[in-house]
Amino acid sequence: MSHDNLFITLQQKFTLAQQVKVALIGNPNCGKSTLFNALTGLHQKTGNYPGVTVDKKIGICKALHPKTKQIHSFRLIDLPGTYSLFPKSLDEQVSFDVLMDETNTDYPDIILIVVDASNLKRHLVLATQLIDLGRPCILVLNMIDAATENGIEIDVTKLAELVQVPVVSCNARYSEGIEEVKKSLFTFAQDIKPQQSLINIQAIVNKNYADSVHRSVNQTSIYASLLNQRNHLEKDEKLKEFNEKFFTGFESRDMLFRFEKIKKITLDCVNYTVARKDLKTTDSLDNVITHPFWGFIIFIGVLFLIFQSIFYLAEFPMQWIEMGFSFITQKTRQYLPDNFFTSLLTNGILAGLSGIVVFIPQIALLFGFISLLEDSGYMARVSFIMDKLMRKVGLNGRSVIPLISGMACAVPAIMSTRTISNKKERLVTILITPLMSCSARLPVFTLLIGIMIPSNYRFGFFDVKGLLLTALYLMGIVVAIGVAAILKYVLKTKERSFFMMELPVYRIPQVKTVLLTMLDKVKVFLFDAGKVIMIISIILWFLTSYGPGSEFKRIDLEYTDAIRKTTSDSTKQKLTIAMETQKLQSSYAGHLGKIIEPAIKPLGFDWKIGISLITSIAAREVFVGTMATLYQSGDKEDNLSIRQKMMQEKNPTTGKLVYNFAVCLSLLMFYAFAMQCMSTLAVVKRETNSYKWPIIQFIYMSVLAYGASLLVYQIFK
Amino acid sequence: MKVLSKTLAQLTKGETATITCFTDDLLALKLMEMGLIPGEKITLQHVAPLGCPYAFEVNGTLVSLRKSEAQLVQIS
Repeated sequence: MSHDNLFITLQQKFTLAQQVKVALIGNPNCGKSTLFNALTGLHQKTGNYPGVTVDKKIGICKALHPKTKQIHSFRLIDLPGTYSLFPKSLDEQVSFDVLMDETNTDYPDIILIVVDASNLKRHLVLATQLIDLGRPCILVLNMIDAATENGIEIDVTKLAELVQVPVVSCNARYSEGIEEVKKSLFTFAQDIKPQQSLINIQAIVNKNYADSVHRSVNQTSIYASLLNQRNHLEKDEKLKEFNEKFFTGFESRDMLFRFEKIKKITLDCVNYTVARKDLKTTDSLDNVITHPFWGFIIFIGVLFLIFQSIFYLAEFPMQWIEMGFSFITQKTRQYLPDNFFTSLLTNGILAGLSGIVVFIPQIALLFGFISLLEDSGYMARVSFIMDKLMRKVGLNGRSVIPLISGMACAVPAIMSTRTISNKKERLVTILITPLMSCSARLPVFTLLIGIMIPSNYRFGFFDVKGLLLTALYLMGIVVAIGVAAILKYVLKTKERSFFMMELPVYRIPQVKTVLLTMLDKVKVFLFDAGKVIMIISIILWFLTSYGPGSEFKRIDLEYTDAIRKTTSDSTKQKLTIAMETQKLQSSYAGHLGKIIEPAIKPLGFDWKIGISLITSIAAREVFVGTMATLYQSGDKEDNLSIRQKMMQEKNPTTGKLVYNFAVCLSLLMFYAFAMQCMSTLAVVKRETNSYKWPIIQFIYMSVLAYGASLLVYQIFK
Repeated sequence: MKVLSKTLAQLTKGETATITCFTDDLLALKLMEMGLIPGEKITLQHVAPLGCPYAFEVNGTLVSLRKSEAQLVQIS
């Protein structure tokens, strides 16, 4: 669309009170998302851009037309933070495509450029590039309070005159000036003249070439045409061949001339009265936080706090959720007839739903903390102090937080890898996080260790059970790091690894941002990963509740008859348990267990353990419940009775104990390494936006588990 | 290499210098976006506990660079 038409079309949209599309764009750390939250409140949703895992945030903002007093609705899109219109990362490419591609559904009518007023010079690089596109732009000076506090006085009227677009100032963190920002959108309801280019295009590229490109690409300005052409070169080899020479050094010249121009602009309208205070405060804080000794102490303290909270604090609401669901399940069974639908509802759907909802406390808590760390500026320091250590194994300094959180639960941990900007480092972190020993492994570990090792068995001062448990945790960490080191060489990447990043000044985190992040992450998990978990849950329900042939019917008839005949409650209960055991053994899952028996025999497992391995795909702790059903232990929660039953179990052919030391150790290895968690798989699918990575992860972890189990069983049997 | 000039990696903590040029094109663009413009003053503020990366102050921003990246920035 040509220059003038764009402004006229926009003006018409205002006259007809149609929805206007607005894009928020700015450098990372300019407070763009805070402004987005302030403008849209709860009227926002997060999704993914098609084909890439970059968060797409859309919101609706209602504003009053200052003249007609009519309510207008604006569709806001919060674009990923960008340093310039020369995209170098996936995030920046997404922003570029939305901004520049007219056919994109999110192509904005108005560009809301957000800059940090206390960092005007550097943030104006992107801002002047955007203004040079010749499109309807508004320049928002955010964090104007920080600028004032640090002795930076900005003449807003003068600045607007120099950059030729409307300028408004605000403090999004304290919701100050938000109304002015809204009002400024209506500037384009009037007849407004498009701006001229701020830099001299002829100085950065050959004039004839620029004119010819503009004629063929026909964007909103010569500069916009050039940027579009440059972007096309990356995709079109033939085009690149003819045009590449004109673009040699284009970006550097653009930067240098732009910076010269910015210097002139700021000289005219910005007055620096005193030395910056925030930098001084940040500097003295950093002397402690990045200190060789205290830095690590503080970091370990923060990790400890996060780990303890998601491990112990989340325990209470998780118990309430589980209790709530078991109450509903019980009531449903009581009041609904015993048929296919009730079974599907209680054992399939409700069980699946409970398995999804139970993760909410951990997700909310972890993201509460992460949001606090990000918002305060500490997260960048985590990368700073951990970088050298983590780089050696192909990880990022930021991988530490997901990995430690993985010791509580891999689900929120994997969701938190979004803070790692390098694609490869993020993928490696996602792939190894489930190796960290999570809380769902604990019941399995304690059950097996209890069988393996007699009580009061001590090694010096230490309880051997405790030592073994610690060893399992350590093993998880060591293997995770080892796998990362291997993946570093296996995975190929086109993206060059940069570390370079900004260390933002320390700020007091904002409650609103923290709460919105928590809400957002919970929503994303419920609706995106929840679907997959539900499907797997229903499949598992089917596999365990139905069996091939007529055997199921026979068991049903036999027991219902017997149950009806007895009068004693305890006999009734015993019969019910026996029926469940028989049913599970002759179900599809039971048959699958028998089918895989030859494959797991070298690990020391029989077909009953095979059934547990299958049902554990739902979640690792299901192992305990399945064992309870298989060994006719009445109380599924009573660890002791299951343990006793398992300890007495003998092999029918050899007459030896099934759960000997070697088998238990082999099972421990299997549960330490195997990817038996549908929720983790669902989250990996969501976070990598593909089926490829969860499948690869499932395979490599299964191979690892099989190998480790085989090794220990063959050694110790 | 014509002349062996000093790079950012050779600054000591608290020392200030002026950026002259870059020895890597792609990196140069990223660095300029971060505010590392030739002619600007730059100060080494902090060094990470394990000796790398570094934190520099330039144009009112704290920028963190690895040693390998700092070596590509020439100073005087």
